[in-house]
Amino acid sequence: MSSLLEVRSLKKRFGAVEVLCGVDLSLEAGEVLAVIGDNGAGKSTLIKHISGVYPRDDGEIWLDGQPVTFTSPKQARHAGIETVYQDLALADELSVGANIFLGREPTRRWLGMLPVVDKRTIQRETQRLIDSIESHIPDGTSTVAGLSGGQRQAVAIARALYWDAKVVILDEPTAALAVMERENVIKLSRMLASKDVGVIYIGHNLVEILEVADRIAVMYRGRIVHVTRAEDTSQEELIKYMTGYTDRQIA
Amino acid sequence: MATHDSDLSTGRAMSQSASTWLSLNRRHLPVETLVLALTLSLWVVMAFSTPNFLTANNIINILRQVSIDSIIAFGVLFPILIRGIDLSVGSVVALSGVVCATLLTMGMPIPIAIGLTLLLGIAIGSLNAFSVHRLGIPAFIITLAGLQAYRGGAFLVSGGTSVFGLPQELASFARAEWLGIPSLFWTMLVIGLILHFILSRTRTGRYMVAMGSNYESARRAGINIKRIVFFAYIISSVTACIAGILLMSRMSIGSPTAAVAYELNAIAAAVVGGASLFGGRGSVLGTFIGALLFATIANSANLLGIDSFWQMVATGVLIAVVVYVDNLHKRRQSGLK
Ligand SMILES: Nc1ncnc2c1ncn2[C@@H]1O[C@H](COP(=O)(O)OP(=O)(O)OP(=O)(O)O)[C@@H](O)[C@H]1O
Ligand SMILES: [Mg+2]
Repeated sequence: MSSLLEVRSLKKRFGAVEVLCGVDLSLEAGEVLAVIGDNGAGKSTLIKHISGVYPRDDGEIWLDGQPVTFTSPKQARHAGIETVYQDLALADELSVGANIFLGREPTRRWLGMLPVVDKRTIQRETQRLIDSIESHIPDGTSTVAGLSGGQRQAVAIARALYWDAKVVILDEPTAALAVMERENVIKLSRMLASKDVGVIYIGHNLVEILEVADRIAVMYRGRIVHVTRAEDTSQEELIKYMTGYTDRQIA
Repeated sequence: MATHDSDLSTGRAMSQSASTWLSLNRRHLPVETLVLALTLSLWVVMAFSTPNFLTANNIINILRQVSIDSIIAFGVLFPILIRGIDLSVGSVVALSGVVCATLLTMGMPIPIAIGLTLLLGIAIGSLNAFSVHRLGIPAFIITLAGLQAYRGGAFLVSGGTSVFGLPQELASFARAEWLGIPSLFWTMLVIGLILHFILSRTRTGRYMVAMGSNYESARRAGINIKRIVFFAYIISSVTACIAGILLMSRMSIGSPTAAVAYELNAIAAAVVGGASLFGGRGSVLGTFIGALLFATIANSANLLGIDSFWQMVATGVLIAVVVYVDNLHKRRQSGLK
């Protein structure tokens, strides 16, 4: 029995700085795994390896019991790994629907010849999706520019949902959100997990982490220093690990 | 912005959809409609100011001018959309006119001479795209270099003078009218429709907007960035070559001094027509309206005997005002940031 996703002794250095010094991590289908850690601990770098943004220096990534090497985000998406980035990566000038389908637009033949984007299908599917996640996105044909942070987050999550991802990575999804909107993102994350998606949830807010996560992994200076079930831990304990406490003291 | 804290989610959704509807309309209409209104009022004013304006001859004159200007501007719109720029198009217009004319005077059949000239456009566009995408040279710099180099090339090819002796068919093309409308205008219409189709209906068009709007999002969505960059710059150079051939036909010579500063005119037309120099925004129709405004101003100034220096000043002021108004709209839209 293998995990949905497994990362084994992943290493990465940027110039002289070793940002990941051998990270091990496993993710099961249907769980929300929170990854926490101080600024610069290497969380974003870690997930960018899983999602094909960076090539790794060393280590392995296994998906569904197979070793995988992604050389582009596109390959990772094809394999079923969707990422909602910290910086969101939505195109402001495009509509909600266009963003959800970006790079994977359905096409039809115009006059039976030229392939054109099938706007009607996009619109219909987008509306269906918006209704299913109840996220108060007013209209799938309006541009993303006018949406609030929470709505943008919902669009990004909807994108992951639509494409039947196996793994969804959320990098600080609530960082820029109002309290009300945070609750909605937490709800959406739980909904993904209930559909048997494995969710990696990066965050700083421990109250929120304890609410959303099944398991929590703590990163410190490029290492995972502690992994625990959410119900077995507390804010105090997590803070201890986030600030450099290790179970095995290094001599 | 709606600031009532209401627990009624339906009410919230409704007010949101109303506000997006408004912002949608505000977003897509203002600049182009403003510019169109300005153009039309200029036509009305001119019609009353001088009997020479609303004559068949003068209107056909404007249509011919706006056709060539628009074709260049349509092309330039594409690099602008992906947050690049192409400053070399004016020089490419001159170079292609001279090259095509030279090939023709050497006795080459017209279709082959035109074909080779368009190939030159593909080569120049590819070089620009390669420099931007692979070598990482800023588009502004590489196309500025092209502005110099291709103009120099035009002088070298022509030996410093104009190339005379074009075949009669070619010289008469630009003078032809079909259904009372200049052939140049029809050509512009066809090119405009094709480019509009690409922009609004195809994946490629969508990817250009995505790339100009948010480069990272386009890359992460798995879009083939290289293909889009090459496409945009090749369109720009090839349309410049088409414009060069048409201008050569119109003047009946291949002139190395043709189309000086046309790149600025073209960029101005695109921007006044709603394109953003920060990428992601712009349309073929808007660009045409922008080009029409500038062609009208040039023509009016000419008819009224206004100093061409004043015309340059007016054009400059206009660009500044339109871009300012557009920015104002955008800022209001994003919540008075
Ligand atoms: N492309 C890069 N080149 C050089 N250094 C980098 C690069 N990306 C990240 N780093 C460095 O790697 C370290 C880890 O960065 P990373 O973004 O992974 O941290 P993080 O845990 O996501 O932090 P935050 O909580 O602030 O988002 C930081 O010291 C950062 O400066
Ligand atoms: Mg981060």
